[in-house]
Amino acid sequence: MTVFDDELQQLKEKILKMGSLVEDALKNSIQALVERDNAVARLVIDNDRVINTLDVEIDEESIRLIALRQPKAGDLRFITTAMKITTDLERMGDLAVNIAERAIELNEEPILKPYIDIPRMREIAQGMMRDALDAFVRKDKRLAMDVIMRDDEVDDLKHEVLKELAFFMAQDPTTVYRAMKISFVAQYLERLADHATNIAEMVIYLVEGKIIRHMVPPTEAAEGE
Amino acid sequence: MAGKIELEVKGLDFYYAGDVHALKKINLTVYKNAVTSLIGPSGCGKTTLLRCFNRMHDLYPGNRYQGEVIFQGDNILSGGTDLINLRSRIGMVFQKPTPFPMSIFDNIAYGLKLKGVRKRADLSERVEKALVHSALWDEVKDKLNASAYALSGGQQQRLVIARALAVNPEVLLFDEPTSALDPISTAKIEELAAVLKKEVTIVIVTHNMQQAARISDWTGFLMLGELIEFDKTDRIFTAPSEKLTEDYVTGRFG
Repeated sequence: MTVFDDELQQLKEKILKMGSLVEDALKNSIQALVERDNAVARLVIDNDRVINTLDVEIDEESIRLIALRQPKAGDLRFITTAMKITTDLERMGDLAVNIAERAIELNEEPILKPYIDIPRMREIAQGMMRDALDAFVRKDKRLAMDVIMRDDEVDDLKHEVLKELAFFMAQDPTTVYRAMKISFVAQYLERLADHATNIAEMVIYLVEGKIIRHMVPPTEAAEGE
Repeated sequence: MAGKIELEVKGLDFYYAGDVHALKKINLTVYKNAVTSLIGPSGCGKTTLLRCFNRMHDLYPGNRYQGEVIFQGDNILSGGTDLINLRSRIGMVFQKPTPFPMSIFDNIAYGLKLKGVRKRADLSERVEKALVHSALWDEVKDKLNASAYALSGGQQQRLVIARALAVNPEVLLFDEPTSALDPISTAKIEELAAVLKKEVTIVIVTHNMQQAARISDWTGFLMLGELIEFDKTDRIFTAPSEKLTEDYVTGRFG
């Protein structure tokens, strides 16, 4: 193993470390909401600093490797992918913080309804995130494609949640404040799944050298004709 | 981006004297007004291939070509090719600058005189034009009668390029043109290649992969006498198709 290989390995490990911290943040933020636990919510908010520090470190290390090693082909794609993944992970960390903030606000209020779809959204988003990072580590294109396909499930659940909350608000205006906060949480989870999708798309680039973002999926393209 | 074709290599085999099989069934297209670089580990055949393009191998007995290199409709490997004419149409620049032991002016005028340019005014005009094209004019215009050996290595290399350009070649072959030069001179030659390709087609052999990445439009990767991959340079350096290319450009071997 060359010194450069070792540096690439370290970069990969940093991304995985950041990924596991973001995963914890996501899990804890929903736990803070469902179990009405402000201490856990504050933990998520405080820990975001560590995630942000890693984001900067990964960027700096990537820039250093580009400048000093002049990476090419697979190495180049790996480093540029790392730089993009860290941006997505950092935003995911911020969204977990946003969920924790809404949790603290909601915990001041009486319970509107038991949370069913929100934990389900969290579970899918978290699975997408974990698999996207697994796909990154293993350069597994099929797993990355699978992650991209799952994004629709989260979108559908979000629409369900919003529809249900709209019903609450229409029935009883005193629920508006809480229903809005919960709908924000649904929105954040949907965004989290989008970032996991971005990571999976970058994995496809890493493996194939093709940027598939903003491409119309073949099925939709056919329908449009 | 694929433009007009300058040289078309078809099923080229090359044997050095003693039947050393140095190039194996090479198929490659050199596009007009583009820079094509040939890269690969030492002994891969890249310089051997470059030297087929102006039949440099004919200078040594026992070397043998098979296959075709089509240049403007003709197979230049065929027996009837006028090699003197070929080498003025397909010029070559070597690793070490090779100025003639004469003045700067005469270095460039030499080839022109051989081609029948006699009038002093015509010679002056074409010498100046060649020196301007090779980005050397401003540095030597006041000392055209000084010996070419008084120039720095980088200037000598640009003088040699000017000498090749003076006879209006269609193709310039560069055989590691900057490996004996400092970074500043290297940058000047690289910049020159980018400008010159508007007028001539350039094929360059380089050990410096970064150089191939910087200046060429197309890159061919050779190994053990075979062309492993040929593609647009950005493709070769971001997402090559072949594992061997990937391993080479990322420095995993070679």
